[in-house]
Amino acid sequence: MHELSITESLLEIVLRHAAGRRVAAVHLLIGELSTFVDESIEMYWNELSRNTLAEGAKLQFRREPGALLCLDCQKEFSIHAPEFLCPGCGSARARLARGQDCYVESIEVEDGTP
Amino acid sequence: MSASRIPVVEKILSANDAIAAEVRAQLDASGTLALNLMASPGAGKTSLVERTVARFKDEFAVAMINGDTSEAAFDAERSQRAGAFSVHINTGGKCHLEAAMVRDALRHLDLNRTRLLLVENVGNLVCPSSWQLGTHANILIASVPEGDDKPYKYPKMYAGVDVLLINKIDLLPYTDFRMEHFRRGVETLNSGLISFPISCRTGEGLDAWYDWLRQRLGSFGG
Repeated sequence: MHELSITESLLEIVLRHAAGRRVAAVHLLIGELSTFVDESIEMYWNELSRNTLAEGAKLQFRREPGALLCLDCQKEFSIHAPEFLCPGCGSARARLARGQDCYVESIEVEDGTP
Repeated sequence: MSASRIPVVEKILSANDAIAAEVRAQLDASGTLALNLMASPGAGKTSLVERTVARFKDEFAVAMINGDTSEAAFDAERSQRAGAFSVHINTGGKCHLEAAMVRDALRHLDLNRTRLLLVENVGNLVCPSSWQLGTHANILIASVPEGDDKPYKYPKMYAGVDVLLINKIDLLPYTDFRMEHFRRGVETLNSGLISFPISCRTGEGLDAWYDWLRQRLGSFGG
């Protein structure tokens, strides 16, 4: 149930950047490794944003897949590859390349709202 | 009504990170080395705490913060019996500790007299990895009976820690645990990670862990 904490934090960021304007949408980048579940965040969002300027704002999730970089052929591959083996060249030498980020990219606010 | 898009680019947990920085500043000011202990349930967090407290309690004051999802303070009582001053945090069902919980718990500790603070996180390989607490190092306690596939299944946890303890190595002869397979997964996620194979039951390997701790305390001044 860690999405409750996440969503509280999210709402605080959104309202701060909205600076008194009504929020129409929130764009999020969620790395696959983050373990945050979209549906849970949405559920808490609907509750927590009620009676705020972000009420009804749509959450748009952009998922960044978890990826490993093969140290031998230098190609990226999915972190779901069995045993972290490079599907291209079969190498067992790889490093974590992507999928840990988790941030608010942008928000859409309605112009002219007080 | 027209709408405009405002770039934000702020980490979702930025508020937690800011509190973690406050916690760190407080710990640095008092010269207290703090470690965040994470593991799945049953990996041996409390056993490691008991061992570590027993080893150092005659040299300096050790304190303990126990995070649990309920009021049941069994682990806090175990650490207390071992000789640590202990504060129990009831997370109210939350599956992890957050920096604000640690900040509040620090008020119950005499930090100026505490050299080492062990923070026992909620037993869970998923959620605690996302919240920095302001501690000086994130420690993961893995254990042999959990299986050698855990780095492959919980990449975020293994990628984010500073020290890995592999507990219950006395059970290696009785399991299919492949140390090489386990270590390769760890190396992929967290290259060069310091790791100590240990057994809290037999005491094997613990001296290397104590040496590491002593070295960290030494480089910390005081």
